[in-house]
Amino acid sequence: MIYQNSKPLLEVRELRATVNGIEILKGIDLTVRSGEVHAIMGTNGSGKSTFAKVLAGHAAYVVTGGTVAFKGKNLFELAPEERARAGVFLAFQYPIEIPGVANNQFLRLTYNTVQAQRGKDELDPLEFDDFVREKMKLLEMSPDFLDRSVNAGFSGGEKKRNEILQMALLEPLLAILDETDSGLDIDALRIVANGVNQLATKDNATILVTHYQRLLNYIVPDYVHVMESGRIIKTGGKQLALDLETHGYDWVSIEQRAAAGV
Amino acid sequence: MSAVLQNLVNQPYKHGFVTEIESDVAPKGLNEGTIRLISAKKNEPEWLLEFRLKAYQKWLTMEEPQWPNVKYPKIDFQAISYYSAPKPRKKLGSMDEVDPELLRTFEKLGVPMHERAVLAGVAVDVIFDSVSVATTYKQKLAEVGIIFGSISEAVHTHPDLVRQYLGTVVPIGDNYYAALNSAVFTDGSFCFIPKGVKCPMDLSTYFRINTQESGQFERTLIIAEEGASVSYLEGCTAPRFDTNQLHAAVVELIAHDNADIKYSTVQNWYAGDENGVGGIFNFVTKRGLAKGVNSRISWTQVETGSAITWKYPSCVLQGDNSVGEFYSVAVTNNYQQADTGTKMIHLGKNTRSTIVSKGISAGHSNNSYRGLVRIGPTATGARNYSQCDSMLIGDQCSASTFPYIQVRNNSAIVEHEASTSKIGEDQLFYFAQRGIGNEEAVSMIINGFCKDVFQQLPMEFAVEATKLLGFKLEGSVG
Repeated sequence: MIYQNSKPLLEVRELRATVNGIEILKGIDLTVRSGEVHAIMGTNGSGKSTFAKVLAGHAAYVVTGGTVAFKGKNLFELAPEERARAGVFLAFQYPIEIPGVANNQFLRLTYNTVQAQRGKDELDPLEFDDFVREKMKLLEMSPDFLDRSVNAGFSGGEKKRNEILQMALLEPLLAILDETDSGLDIDALRIVANGVNQLATKDNATILVTHYQRLLNYIVPDYVHVMESGRIIKTGGKQLALDLETHGYDWVSIEQRAAAGV
Repeated sequence: MSAVLQNLVNQPYKHGFVTEIESDVAPKGLNEGTIRLISAKKNEPEWLLEFRLKAYQKWLTMEEPQWPNVKYPKIDFQAISYYSAPKPRKKLGSMDEVDPELLRTFEKLGVPMHERAVLAGVAVDVIFDSVSVATTYKQKLAEVGIIFGSISEAVHTHPDLVRQYLGTVVPIGDNYYAALNSAVFTDGSFCFIPKGVKCPMDLSTYFRINTQESGQFERTLIIAEEGASVSYLEGCTAPRFDTNQLHAAVVELIAHDNADIKYSTVQNWYAGDENGVGGIFNFVTKRGLAKGVNSRISWTQVETGSAITWKYPSCVLQGDNSVGEFYSVAVTNNYQQADTGTKMIHLGKNTRSTIVSKGISAGHSNNSYRGLVRIGPTATGARNYSQCDSMLIGDQCSASTFPYIQVRNNSAIVEHEASTSKIGEDQLFYFAQRGIGNEEAVSMIINGFCKDVFQQLPMEFAVEATKLLGFKLEGSVG
């Protein structure tokens, strides 16, 4: 939701980045304020996921230009784990499997790490168990998730729910959801979207990276950005997503090219 | 492999120091004279000298095994000193009289003997180089008839027992290194649990190699009589040296009817530096004979040290319904090489064995599991379950599995499972994105990987092992 006088949480200016020496991001500009929900849409290979990973600090992505400020401070001075502790959360498009590590242990460690950073109390295993079970109800997850290895053998939908569960535990300031809707059936999509909506406050913000308009029926964005070839080529309100659904991505490209006189 | 992955395994060896204690060192070289010297120094009976000489003659006819999946320069057995004893300042009556320098060494190693012994209820038979200098809790154990002390002492106090069992599980000519050990062993532990006695505490020995270039040849013998049970802990750590040290121990376990022996090891000998210079050569023969009906032999090992590890703690399941177990974690980093596993020899009816092996390789290391499951024609109803998992950290290391299965009885059931996994950058990034740094992430992944083995360790050791793996692998990931 757009609030008047809310502070900028994330300010991206002229951001450029490469993977294996190939430039993927070619100058991105974006401002996200507290309370807002932004959707970034675009075709495969337009740079959406790269943008998400650059913000999170994945080592394979090299920033070659531009700046990103998070709460007014240079984000790139922080290691990936420091960004996470500062409140940047990435829900992975393909959550990683970690065989042998019990989900409840992992969840408690990540929760306590972030709590410690915020100067809040850490929870012992019993307290945490009560706490996490409560959060799991939000996502209609069965308690046996806790005893399984992190994401190992989870279905696509289970993995995505586990991501949102972590988001619910960590209460990030900026949540970046990378194609969280992909691979979800309609019920799972509703549950996940419902979870995300319940977590939204006037102090945090969400960036939805998505291919389809479908998710935006459930999580209504304040802004929709269209990405192509590593740039944001068009920004609009929620109507833009519907127009894209009707006309396709080509429509924006053609319109942009016409405007640029190419 | 990224810099993060490389940094995590590279913490310097913490126990790299040499204690300055006067040593009584034999001249280098091996011949009949050396063996007579060792035997004379230890004032041994004639039968033991004969045992040694017979082993030496056998050793001369044998060749170093070439089949292990390890590489190292040829060992010059004439360049090794075969006897080294710290010179005590006077005869030791109690711990207070132990050389203070020696006690400081134990402190540095984190083995506060009195405390460990008293608080934890563990009797520590400390081997310093080749001679036992102090034994605690012996009296308390003696009250229930348990004999626990150094084997050279037992040779004098209980010669019949030693003579009856020595070399019965690992014959003098069993293999090249066992033959060498039988010829030149200087000390080790002896443990005898009489009929029906459950040992009231875990028995523990801390081994430590000290004098530079002195090969160490321990000999351990543990006997559990009918209905007896014991849990034995062996922990090792050694100072840092540039030249390789040879270590060739022999451990023999004998379990009679309904007896139970659990043998746990945490091994952290000097592994050489990050370029593969130095480190201990660890060529060990460990074997347990489950001789009686319903007897059980259980090996648990956490192997993190040594430049080369060559070790196959085995079980000969002779008694009907006897049980053999092998739980192992072997970690290699830098240029370490490990070829380790077990042998389960099923002879009795309805014998059962379990093998759980977890190999972790990092750096440029090479980690092999080698195991044999043999079901003999008499072993009707025998069962084996084997699980061999490998984990790779980085892309410069290797892991191999060599399972051998020989079944000569149709009623046997043998199962084997194996897996290979890798700690990848993506896993570490996932942890990092949740606020968890690389070292903690690796520690969590490794502990998860090893938990089936760690839960077999006695409480104290489990904590130690978890920490040990943590700093062994620090710097290797990330």
